[in-house]
Formats: sequence, structure tokens, C-alpha cells
Amino acid sequence: MAEKVLMKGNEAVAEAAIMAGCRCFFGYPITPQNEIPEYMSRRMPEVGGVFLQAESEVAGSNMVYGAACAGARVMTTSSSPGISLMQEAISYMAGAELPCVVVNIVRGGPGLGGIQGAQSDYFQATKGGGHGDYRLLVLGPSTVQELVDLTMEGFDLADLYRNPVMVLGDAILGQMMEPVEMRERPKRDLPPKTWATMGAAGRQKNIITSLYLDPAKLEKHNLHLAEKYGRMAAEQVRYSAYMTEDADVVLVAYGTTARIARAALDRARERELKVGLFRPISLWPFPYDALAAATTGAAHVLVVEMSLGQMVEDVRLSLGETKPVHFYGRTGGMTPSPREILDEIVKIVERGA
Amino acid sequence: MQKVFGRPEALADVPTHYCPGCTHGIIHRLIAEVIDELGVRERTVGISPVGCAVLAYDYFNCDFVEASHGRAPAVATGIKRASPGSVVFTYQGDGDLASIGAGEIVHAASRGEKITVIFVNNAIYGMTGGQMAPTSLPGQKTTTSPRGRDPETAGHPVRVCELLSSLSGVGYIARVSVTSPANVAKARRALKKAFEVQLEGKGFSLVEFLSTCPTNWGMTPIEALKWVDDKMAVYYPLGDYTRVPEVG
Ligand SMILES: Cc1ncc(C[n+]2csc(CCOP(=O)(O)OP(=O)(O)O)c2C)c(N)n1
Ligand code: SF4
Repeated sequence: MAEKVLMKGNEAVAEAAIMAGCRCFFGYPITPQNEIPEYMSRRMPEVGGVFLQAESEVAGSNMVYGAACAGARVMTTSSSPGISLMQEAISYMAGAELPCVVVNIVRGGPGLGGIQGAQSDYFQATKGGGHGDYRLLVLGPSTVQELVDLTMEGFDLADLYRNPVMVLGDAILGQMMEPVEMRERPKRDLPPKTWATMGAAGRQKNIITSLYLDPAKLEKHNLHLAEKYGRMAAEQVRYSAYMTEDADVVLVAYGTTARIARAALDRARERELKVGLFRPISLWPFPYDALAAATTGAAHVLVVEMSLGQMVEDVRLSLGETKPVHFYGRTGGMTPSPREILDEIVKIVERGA
Repeated sequence: MQKVFGRPEALADVPTHYCPGCTHGIIHRLIAEVIDELGVRERTVGISPVGCAVLAYDYFNCDFVEASHGRAPAVATGIKRASPGSVVFTYQGDGDLASIGAGEIVHAASRGEKITVIFVNNAIYGMTGGQMAPTSLPGQKTTTSPRGRDPETAGHPVRVCELLSSLSGVGYIARVSVTSPANVAKARRALKKAFEVQLEGKGFSLVEFLSTCPTNWGMTPIEALKWVDDKMAVYYPLGDYTRVPEVG
């Protein structure tokens, strides 16, 4: 077992990428994720990799597109306003089926917003973001260890499905220091990148494009993508359920907010309130069925987010009219406190079913 | 019998969709000839733009990638950095390169990316039906400058070679045309030089072609060639724009 080291979330993401074989990094500075490009600028030359500070996120994400075409394991990272500028390349990569990892260390919006942690990019990450009918695998870590593990896993999943993967963190996770184990992962059997474009030596030429001028062909391509997204949805659902078995009230939260919700849960249990926590880890695919199963015995569900209510829509899709779905959110870089969440729980319980 | 003229290996044996009299076709052929002559077809990756040449990937017999509008230099950067042994070229129109992709071309040039850019300047947006381009001439009528381009409100045409030549990362930059056999021969030499600069690792290279769009200019192919010589080449003088590096 590897020993634990104390690392800042942002630096841990960078080292995790290198351990996963990422040898190309393109990025543009933006707070609160600057430690990632800074770390990469030091580290990539040591491992014979490429670090390049692009002139913009538009260019940087299109460099990612290029490096992915050449078959490289490639990553870019940014924060909300920068991720908005990457939506063009993300859509093209989804369309051309190019693997890459994009990390969003989310900050408050809209517009320039602020630089504190937020969860207000959930819609953008999970419902599209760019144009066209496409899906990203979206992973929402809640500890630095999970940030490391999911980043590493993200590279494998990107290659496995030939699809961009997004790791959705936030400023708190990026800036906090926690002990992590940088463990080597077992090598996965992944399909060879026979489609890559580095020169057609000894084979027919390869073409990478997302253009299908014939509508019948474009529909066929979209149906092919949909079939792939269906497989991703069936195979990549991840979540954790904690003390949900006997719970009257189940909290639903992801990422950093799930940790705060857990603290609120502990206080509630001290008061003999039967509270559980359901934490989606894959945000796309969202664990609809698992959430419904984990809340069958509960009278109430309380969704907590650092936004004015985005994931709550998926929770409502999952539960329909079966039980009341309550929402508590803080936004713009404000974090809900365990006290506030506990107050919400008490209100719900006192009001009764 | 000796064969004196044939299809270059780097050019695919398919009909193109270009309009009659459009010089995109000549430029394609010259690129393919140079790739063959340098013996790099199996190492070459081309990047097609958004514009009339969007389907260039069908016309060349080498690996090809289609980029989003204006981003070909960024895509080329990603490919070249990830695969330094590849010979990488972009093929871009004036809207693609000098308007929406102005940022990407300037920074690829300033970084001295070891790529070759084929810049096809036809002073108009061909694919979308003849709107004004950043390179449309003063007074030029287009569908979005129906009274002729007025620099007072629509700005001045961009001279790309002159603009980029001040950047230290540029290894070779030249403007050519294909309006006569002599000009075609000069253009071919410029193209070869541009690829050689890439192969020798001497930085960024770009060849600007003054090209025709008889369809959207509303001219016959012959009139269009004459317009390139008489009008475009006056605003955009042909020649080598590579700056000799200053010492000291
Ligand atoms: C982001 C985006 N904006 C606009 C377009 C529409 N569009 C397609 S081609 C084109 C202009 C191309 O002109 P140019 O680069 O001069 O090439 P030409 O067609 O003349 O060869 C535009 C604006 C697009 N495809 N993508
Ligand atoms: S529209 Fe103009 S640039 Fe495009 S193929 Fe026709 S002539 Fe050539």
C-alpha cells in the first residue's frame, strides 16, 4: 500500500493525471485552479510530456482536440468562465469521439461571478453545455482522494468509450489539503487507438471529423452515439448511500456539499432523527434507479446544493410524485452550514408528512 | 512511353465539389505534389477548416482532421506537440484564419509552432454565400456590403503576411498567386520551402494564396484571374515576407 501524502486538491489532480499516463496538458490561468497548470509546467518536462499555456480556453481546448487526434492521453483544466469557452471543442470532441479529461474546479457565476466554490455548473456539465445531442461522463468527487481516483479512472473511461470525461470539482475541493494515497491502478484492457491521425504509414488514411452533411448519415451517427451513451449509462452509475436503510429523511448531495450534509446527518442522528445521505458520484449518468431504491422507506427527501437548485431536477425525475422533494441551497460561493441543513431537517420533520 | 503528367500520390482519386474556375483545386494539387516530392505523405496530417475546403479531407490521400471554425492552428499545435514526428499542415480560408481564428493564427505563429499553414485568401466568405471577409477589398461588393466595403464602418482589409511577419516565431512566410504558369511555379517553390522549414524545425511557416471565387464574385473564371492580378495583388503584394532576424 502506498503511503499517504498531504496534498492540495489541485496538485493532487495534476499528479493523478500524470500517474494515469497523461502526457499532454493545455490550459489557461484562472482562479481557483491555477495550481494545476503551475504543477504541470514543472512536472510535465520531468516525465517527457507536453505542457503548453494556451492563448485562451478556446485555443487550449482545441489543442486538446488535436492531441487527442494524435492518440495522446490529454487533459485540460479550468474553472467556470473558462469551461464556458471550451464548450465548442467539447461538442466537437463528443461528435468526433475523441477521448480526453476536462476538470472543472467550479466557482460561482453567472458571468464573472466570484472565485469561491459553487455547484452552479451542474446543468452545463450534465445537460449538454455545448451544441448538439451529446453526453459527457461527469464525475463528482467529494474528497481529495476521490478527486485523485476519479481523475485516474476518467482517463480509462475516456479511452474505453472514446468520449470526453468531465471531473466536476469546486474551489473548496481544489484548495483544501488532505492526506491522499497516490496508488498505481491496475492496467485496463483498452481498445487500441487505430483511428488516431499521426500519419498513414502502412495503412489507409484516417479521417477525424464531426461533419455529416447528409442528414441520413448524421442521424445514423447520432444513433450510434446514443447507443454508446446508453452503454455508458448502464455501466457507469456510481453513488454511495449512507444510513439510508432506516431513514425518514434522506439528504441528497454531491461533492463538497455531501460532506457538509454528512456533518448535518451526524448531528441529526445525535438527536435521534433518522436521517440518511445519498451521494451521487456519477452525475451523468445520474443514479436515478439507485436513488429511488435508497429512498423507498423515507418520507422526505432533502436536496442540498451550492446552487439555487440544479441537481434537484434529476432527483425529482427519479422520484416523481412518490414523496416530497425539498430543496436547500446557498449560492454564489456561499456554503450551506451543517446548522442550516439541520434546521431544514427539523422543519421538515416538525411539519410532518 | 514516358509518363509526364499524372495524379500525385498524395491527392485522392475523387472528384472535388469546387466550382468551375475556382483555384482551390490548383492549390490542392500543388500541396500534394510537394508532399510527394518531399516523401512525407505517410507522416503527414492535414487539418481542414470550416469554409469551402471543409471536405479537403476527402481530397488528400493522407491522415486528416476537421477543425472547428478558425481553430485549425490550435488543433495543429495539439497534434504536432503530441506527435512531433508528424508533418502537420492546416488549410484555411480568410474568414477562418483572419477573422474568427485571428487569435489562434497569431499565437501559433508567435510560438513558432512547427506547422505549415496554407492560407487561401479569396477576399470573400465562399461557403456561406459571399458575405464580406476580413480581406474583402475597399469598395468590394458582397452580400453584407451591398454598397461596397466602406472602411469607415466595415474596417480595413487585413494583410496577414505583413501582420505575422513581425513575429519572431515565423520561419517562413510568403504570398503567392496561381494566375499564370509562372505564378504557379513560384507558388510551388514557396510551398516546398514552407514544408522544408517545418521539416528542418525552423519554426512556423505560412503561404498565403490569392485565390479566386468566381461564383461569389460574379465573374467568369478568366475575369476572376484578372481581378486577382489587377486588384488583389495591388492591395496584397506578392513576395517573401520572412523577416531576417535582427542581430543584437
Ligand atoms: C462558429 C461558426 N460560425 C460560423 C460558421 C458559418 N461559416 C461556415 S464557412 C464560413 C466562412 C468561410 O469563409 P472563408 O474562411 O473565407 O472560406 P471560403 O469558404 O471562402 O473558402 C462561415 C462563417 C460556422 N460553421 N461556425
Ligand atoms: S464558392 Fe467560391 S471559393 Fe467556394 S468553391 Fe465556389 S468558387 Fe471556390
